[in-house]
Amino acid sequence: MSLTLLLIQCLNGLQYGMMLFLIAAGLTLVFGVMGFINLAHGVQYMVGAYLAFAFLHLTGNFWLAALLSMITALAFGLLLEHVIFRHLYGRDHLDQVLATFGIIIFLNELAKVLFGPATLSLPVPELLSGSIPLTPELRYPVYRLATIGAGVLVAGLLYLAVGHTRVGMLIRAGATTPQMVAALGVNIRRLFMVVFGVGAMLAGFAGVIAAPIFAVEPGMGDNILIVAFVVIIIGGIGSIRGAFLAALMVGLIDTLGRTLATQATGLVLPPSMSDQVGPALASMLIYILMAAILVFRPQGLLPAKGAA
Amino acid sequence: MSVLEIRNLSKSFGAVQVSRDISLSVAARQCHALIGPNGAGKTTLIHQVSGVLRPDAGRVLLDGRDITADPIWRRARAGLGRTFQITSVLPSFSVRENVALAAQAKAGSSMRFFAPAAAEAGLNRCADSVLERIRMADRAGVLAADLSHGERRLLELGIALAGAPKFLLLDEPMAGLGRAESLRLGDILEELRREIPMLLVEHDMDAIFRLADTVSVLVEGRVVARGTPDQVRADPAARAAYLGDGGSGGAAGGAA
Amino acid sequence: MMARDRSLIVAGAIFALLLVAPYGLGLIGQGYLTGLLMRAMLLAIAALSLDLLVGQGGMVSFGHSAFVGLGAYALAIGLQAGIDSLLLLTLIALAVSGLFALVTGALALRTSGVYFLMITLAFGQMTYFTLTSLAAYGGDDGLTLWSLATLFGSDVAQNAGQIYFVILAVMVATWWLVHRIGQSRFGRVLRGARDNPERAEVMGFSVFRYRLTAYVIAGMIASLSGVLTAQQNEFVSPALATWQHSGDLLVILVIGGLGSRNGAILGAFFVVIVQDLLGAVTPDWRLIYGPLLVLVVLFAKGGLNRLFAPARQGPAA
Repeated sequence: MSLTLLLIQCLNGLQYGMMLFLIAAGLTLVFGVMGFINLAHGVQYMVGAYLAFAFLHLTGNFWLAALLSMITALAFGLLLEHVIFRHLYGRDHLDQVLATFGIIIFLNELAKVLFGPATLSLPVPELLSGSIPLTPELRYPVYRLATIGAGVLVAGLLYLAVGHTRVGMLIRAGATTPQMVAALGVNIRRLFMVVFGVGAMLAGFAGVIAAPIFAVEPGMGDNILIVAFVVIIIGGIGSIRGAFLAALMVGLIDTLGRTLATQATGLVLPPSMSDQVGPALASMLIYILMAAILVFRPQGLLPAKGAA
Repeated sequence: MSVLEIRNLSKSFGAVQVSRDISLSVAARQCHALIGPNGAGKTTLIHQVSGVLRPDAGRVLLDGRDITADPIWRRARAGLGRTFQITSVLPSFSVRENVALAAQAKAGSSMRFFAPAAAEAGLNRCADSVLERIRMADRAGVLAADLSHGERRLLELGIALAGAPKFLLLDEPMAGLGRAESLRLGDILEELRREIPMLLVEHDMDAIFRLADTVSVLVEGRVVARGTPDQVRADPAARAAYLGDGGSGGAAGGAA
Repeated sequence: MMARDRSLIVAGAIFALLLVAPYGLGLIGQGYLTGLLMRAMLLAIAALSLDLLVGQGGMVSFGHSAFVGLGAYALAIGLQAGIDSLLLLTLIALAVSGLFALVTGALALRTSGVYFLMITLAFGQMTYFTLTSLAAYGGDDGLTLWSLATLFGSDVAQNAGQIYFVILAVMVATWWLVHRIGQSRFGRVLRGARDNPERAEVMGFSVFRYRLTAYVIAGMIASLSGVLTAQQNEFVSPALATWQHSGDLLVILVIGGLGSRNGAILGAFFVVIVQDLLGAVTPDWRLIYGPLLVLVVLFAKGGLNRLFAPARQGPAA
């Protein structure tokens, strides 16, 4: 495999990693602060993508559609929180899992009814539609680079917000010692709403920027949700920095694994077998990584301080 | 020959040293009490003996055998029984089942998958005799979740006894008990102390004077005085820890 | 005691009904309903095994369908390799799933609670994607079984024979086994560790070992459901191992009543029938089913089993 292809795969891996980060960040905050396990977080990613599709058709302008989608995703997240999730905070995790499972089933079906079961695609916005040469023989789409940039930007903003604002301080305190925050007389309800809203918006944002690259289809949030779980287990639950590091690792390993595994197994196995084993191994890589982390650092790479 | 021996135990959490070179031994038929202000490191010491925490240095021996590296359950199998400062029973089990499960640990393998455990006469007999001892035979069928606080403290002791321990670690067994309940538990412990040697952490001084053969005073993770209850009462270091200058004891933080 | 007797009567009644159902349904010309009953029984087998983990052990696994998938693929791959003895194929399935449970369980049980849930979910997904990557066995699309396994050379365990009764027998045996285990010494330790793992350790039980053993047993039983599902569908596909299928099994348990004698069976029949009825009303039945689940969780604690045996409920994890 050429160096150029390897570079492209690295960039794709980074880009996938950023997407994972945007989803995992909300998931890890919501779980870290509220102790709430939200399986429907992945569906909010799907909602973001479908909203982008719908608003693009209404407005014809990608940027306007993106903005409207994010606002709507936020409103939708808050609505879910208000109507359903807040009744589940004190309940055991099995109840939370099943209720959010019901929401997934409903929204996946709703997407199918409203938009059809087929895969939709969005055009890349004009401004970012070209590609730029990275090396003499390698051109890379601007849009994908822009999504990497957007991911880095959001990560930086989150890092600043969590590390250097009052709300961020409360979030960190809430992730480690929730009773403490309640004892300080902070309005927990409001804090939860803020965290939940931010999480929903981040997932929605990921969906919006994913829409022009990945297939928009019912159920698109389900698989990425589980990979996001892998990310937060590797990174350490409740930890933004951990989620960032782990998301990049998972993105790179998964993407590179899919191109390299068959070739790597080809070195030790006959071609007919490596064609079988390679893809199977590639799809297992991130889970093997997770298993290794569990053996050596069960609390994750960068656990939120004080969390088990 | 001591049943439990603690040799030069040390433990730190970051910069806070919670156990400093603690040595202590308890012989057969002895009750050794451990007292000290809050934050002195009493519970941390109990945790290191029972296996919840690993010491940074030092050793713990039970019946002459080194158990420092053993996990909690293996220490229990070796004969170390304990009660918790905060009551720890099985809430959805009946009183008898709580005790019978503890007895099960000492009565052959529990990797048995078919025979109903509740029908095992041996386990039930053992459970019932323990319930007699802790004066709870009449509550055998009640769910542990439905017991009063005092009853749960007793059950906690019953669970420890059902494991036929060689040694008992009792972490503030009287905590939260009323006067009458304390006396009742004191009676039971007094019966027990000539059978099973014990290490008793307690704030209730009446109980200490009634039960203990030896008292160690722990302040900031260090044993500052040791002797019979009367000797310790007269000891200036022990008095300082409890009266007057004892304030520094709290500085060790919430490690207990 | 009353409650227990009543739950035995309920179980007896269900089994008796299932025993005569194919004849009755055949008489009234509703033979296709036996297919529905078989689907429910196959789900019940997997759900019963999951209840050993969730109801008795307090371990909420979200990856249980992986074992169903492994069982089904063990049968399919074994058949392709020329083995057609159902007993031998079942042994292979049990060995494969037991080994998989041992390895993934040992990793997942380094944690507990939600971590355990996420990790089992991840291992389940790993199994799913691994099955989809088996190009030689149909990949995504799955594999039709042109020949089926035989029991002592007969077609008893096939649709051509009496597979309905084989499935019923396995379900009853599983029901018996799971409750036997629950009442045994082992089950008592498992329930004790659910209530208070710290206490169980101090009593002298290695909670990890007991939980891992339960995880292996549950995984092996679930693979039986997979073997029979493959044999009955005459088809295997990775869809058996999807995480939604794992979710369905949890739904069945919660609707039926966790840790109760008949909850898994009642739940399985309820879910299969409701899905079928809703499906008859509208192809978009999930639009109703999803919110229904949310409502059940929010408002109906204790499950169907409560209707029959209101006295003792095993508390949830």
